[in-house]
Amino acid sequence: MSEVPPDYKYTKSHEWIKLDGDTATIGITDHAQEELGDIVYVELPEVGRVLSEDDTFGTVESVKAVSDLYAPIAGEVVEVNDALTGAEAAINDSPYESGWMIKVKLKDPAQAQSLLDAATYKSEIGE
Amino acid sequence: MSIELKIIEPTLFELSREGRFGFQLAASDVPAKDAHELLPDVALRGDLPLPELSEPDVVRHFIHLSSLNYCVDKGFYPLGSCTMKYNPKINDAAVAMPGFARVHPYQPEETAQGALEVLWQMQTALSALLGMDAVSLHPCAGAHGELLGLMLIRAYHEHNGQGNRKSILVPSAAHGTNPASAARCGYKTVSIDTDARGLVDMNHLRALLEKHAGDVAGLMLTNPNTLGLFEKDILEITGLIHDAGGLVYCDGANMNALVGTARPGDMGFDVMHTNLHKTFSVPHGGGGPGAGPVGVKKILEPFLPVPQAVRREDGTFGLDYDRPLSVGKIGPFYGPFLAILRAYVYIRHYGRERMHEISQNAVLNANYIRVRLGETFEVAYPEICMHECVFTLKALKAKGVKALDVAKRIIDYGYHPPTMYFPLLVPECLMIEPTETESVETIDAFIAAMEQIAREADENPSLILNAPHAAPVRRLDEAAAARNLDLSWTPREPVPSFQGDNGDGHPGTGRESASTF
Repeated sequence: MSEVPPDYKYTKSHEWIKLDGDTATIGITDHAQEELGDIVYVELPEVGRVLSEDDTFGTVESVKAVSDLYAPIAGEVVEVNDALTGAEAAINDSPYESGWMIKVKLKDPAQAQSLLDAATYKSEIGE
Repeated sequence: MSIELKIIEPTLFELSREGRFGFQLAASDVPAKDAHELLPDVALRGDLPLPELSEPDVVRHFIHLSSLNYCVDKGFYPLGSCTMKYNPKINDAAVAMPGFARVHPYQPEETAQGALEVLWQMQTALSALLGMDAVSLHPCAGAHGELLGLMLIRAYHEHNGQGNRKSILVPSAAHGTNPASAARCGYKTVSIDTDARGLVDMNHLRALLEKHAGDVAGLMLTNPNTLGLFEKDILEITGLIHDAGGLVYCDGANMNALVGTARPGDMGFDVMHTNLHKTFSVPHGGGGPGAGPVGVKKILEPFLPVPQAVRREDGTFGLDYDRPLSVGKIGPFYGPFLAILRAYVYIRHYGRERMHEISQNAVLNANYIRVRLGETFEVAYPEICMHECVFTLKALKAKGVKALDVAKRIIDYGYHPPTMYFPLLVPECLMIEPTETESVETIDAFIAAMEQIAREADENPSLILNAPHAAPVRRLDEAAAARNLDLSWTPREPVPSFQGDNGDGHPGTGRESASTF
């Protein structure tokens, strides 16, 4: 049973998004890290990159596979979690806290309403 | 999970003993010159620690390493999506013929007519088998073929004033090389959903074609797809893409399910690659090189790379470089010639009349496993499959045993593990591909071993969780290996002479130091 915090929003492609005013923190879900297995490499965008919804903002590589990371929502990257480099296990150990990936200044915070809520995401992953 | 990496064979450097040699050079019959006179200082090193070994040292080293290897010649290798079929030894006999083995790429055409005829015959034979109008033999791998295929699609669109098309559609279950090849050609990939049947979601495809109208350069599709299922809507799919102004690429990785029976060209594909190291019995990987010839319909033929092998009016064979619309050269010389030759021997060995036996027996073997093993493990898409079958081990995961653990345990029974965790959309996935060269006895024994593992999951799961037990190394920490990548060799203390038991119960692998040599 994977963890799905109630106050976050989610995507079908297993990213989470935590809103704080017009800024959002983005990472991958507990379910995603569990399915991927041990993560060994993560590639994240530069600060300043402008993302449209569904843009690939990076890749995450586990012992099983390399997967794209998709922007749940449009905005500009304002901060990147550089601490993950060389310490990728944080994504497995703490996907919602120290495993966060990027912070984005949202183009239109109202767009976040169309993302999945925790209950919908839970049923999406069959839990 | 502990790391138990043992030294199972010392490196050549560790086996080295100062002053030992395996080959005595004849005395020089020209005056010796000092290296400093012949080479600049920057090219000279005083400390280059080349290993010093006798001939038996070297032979035993490599024979021992080869005996640790698992290969098709040693046993069943059901690695899904890879078509690990037997490599007939007659192929190697042809390759060893001096006229082929010693042919030089720069020798005059009239002195290499046999080799040139092989190239021309292969272009012709593959065109017929794939249902295409022309074939380029240049690509040295499947992904190289994909790259060429997309270069051809791009050249076609640019030639027709449609170079603004930037999207390539790729199903969600595709091989990872498909989007990578598209990206390498400057395309943006758009992912098509897979529906409950395990096939291209037609409604999603139509929606995407509408959304990206005027921007679609093409679609890349593996058929049968990566779930081992035949895309039943293929004629409609290729029709829709053509109507949208795009071209359709067939990833021919799964051609073993079709060869001699059905042709991608007849399904509406415009361009495709086929893997000679899968379907046409050329060795994979280290036994390679691979080969990924590309077949095209007439509309793409002008763009093929140079040179093409041709038969001239006088019946002689040659190489044609006069192709003004060609995308150019994509590799050195004329493709991986000896791999092409092996495949040519294979095709001639079967001949047109018997080629269908390959695909029919491959499909029969896969369905036999699907049905028999389906009594124990859940089949991901329970319908008739093509050359491979996909299981989902969700039920075992609930007992704490993952697909990875089962894959490790099957090693103890003497088999190479099936492909695991691909396609990614099947949870706890094992993909099994038995090729046509496997007998029913071999397949029955494999099924019995898998059934035994299923029983172990109930009775003694730790046996599975700690597997493999009978391999040269125990389970490795793959995450640590990837996170702390170390590919460089650093000198260690020399391995002691007369090394005995190396601590794992196997006889010592250290060598008797031939001090009396």
